[in-house]
Amino acid sequence: MSDIPGDLKFLSSHEWVRVETDGTVTVGISDHAQDLLGDIVFVELPEVGQSIDAESDAAIVESVKAASDVYSPLSGEVIEVNPTLEDQPEIINSSPYDDGWFYKMAPLDLGEVESLLSPEDYRAVCED
Amino acid sequence: MTEPKKTTLHASHKALGAKMVNFAQWDMPISYSSLMEEHHAVRKSVGIFDVSHMAVFDFNGGDQIGFFEKIFANDIKKIASANKALYGVILNEDGGILDDLIIYHADEKFRLVSNCSTREQNAAWYKKYAAEFGVEVIERSDMGILAIQGPKAVETLLAMDEISDSIKDLETFGCMFEGDHLYARTGYTGEDGLELIVPNDDILSFWNAALEKGCVPIGLGARDTLRLEAGLNLYGNDMTVTHHPYESNLAWTIDTADDSRDFIGKQSLLEIDQSSCQKIIGVMLEGRGVLRPGYEISHEHGQGIILSGTYSPTLEASIGLARVDQGFGKSGKVMIRNKALNINFISPRFLRKGKISS
Repeated sequence: MSDIPGDLKFLSSHEWVRVETDGTVTVGISDHAQDLLGDIVFVELPEVGQSIDAESDAAIVESVKAASDVYSPLSGEVIEVNPTLEDQPEIINSSPYDDGWFYKMAPLDLGEVESLLSPEDYRAVCED
Repeated sequence: MTEPKKTTLHASHKALGAKMVNFAQWDMPISYSSLMEEHHAVRKSVGIFDVSHMAVFDFNGGDQIGFFEKIFANDIKKIASANKALYGVILNEDGGILDDLIIYHADEKFRLVSNCSTREQNAAWYKKYAAEFGVEVIERSDMGILAIQGPKAVETLLAMDEISDSIKDLETFGCMFEGDHLYARTGYTGEDGLELIVPNDDILSFWNAALEKGCVPIGLGARDTLRLEAGLNLYGNDMTVTHHPYESNLAWTIDTADDSRDFIGKQSLLEIDQSSCQKIIGVMLEGRGVLRPGYEISHEHGQGIILSGTYSPTLEASIGLARVDQGFGKSGKVMIRNKALNINFISPRFLRKGKISS
């Protein structure tokens, strides 16, 4: 498996979150998730302004093979979605941790991050 | 659960880094690199598929033509004096589709290839009816199948020492035996190409030679997108034992021209009103999203359901096959996650000879 960036936290359902310096967070899916899905052809993103609870449905990602729900690692309000994903969803395959991010949110309680998996713990989940 | 079965090439697939999937109790490659790249390789160049999970049967002695006239809804007489393959279905007495299959005939010999998941059912079915015609059914579990498909398939095969030049004379659906090897200009992709039905003992050398000549290995994932673009049914999705051929886009494989021929299921088919039964049509999603099996659709005069659905790498849109009430017109709606999206109804043959149908 490829390197997992050390500044990310994970859900065992393969979503990652990064806490930015301004206190907002960015959400995406892991390299392992994109590899399992294969060629991604469509993403349904949340609306800007939408409130989402931690571990509830935030987005849907469809590959040629299957549709999969994406769960929000944290609670909060969506402040931005990745505009690139509408026309180039395949960027999730090539750059899951950078250009392939899904949405940014203003988190309700950054303390929720503590309950998420560290990169090491997430790696262990993937290797099970 | 029992250990999944493996084809002779299983280790080769693993060595190529294939992702494997359990397909009807067989551990098969779903993709090697990217499904999309594999798909385009077949449309633009040439790919090779290991489809050795399919069931191969040979026949010995007796009245084989009489036997096939009885069990096969297409008329075997079409190929009985030619070196050709014939596609069709076997039906139960109610006209339900037991399986779709190809029967090959060359040099007075018949060979049959049917689906993997129906292997035991079919073996029992063939044997049940073969006895009255004095025909021996031989299950060739020692046989494997390679499909080499794409616009460069024939030139690539001709470059292989293992393949004789005479394959270039095969017309579409033509076939020839070389000993126990059967070479046929058939496939499941909508492209030119051949299928090689050869003993497992020889299959690794064919596989390696084809890879060396530039064939791209293709998994079951791209096999599905390729066949769907070509509008070819998949048994289990688009046709099952609870459906008859007329509601499965297979009327063209039902041959009732010979009044004296009484094949299994014929009487039931004759009672079906083809002008009112449901039909399979092609569906294309107007916007973004992906059609999936089970999605409900509606049109001005009725309903329907998506049977097969995927994203078409060639058309860059989602396509599917749907079974619908008649009177469907040109467009309708599909429900995807509680949203009604626009769909267009078109010929199921989305592509013809690798080109977008107009």
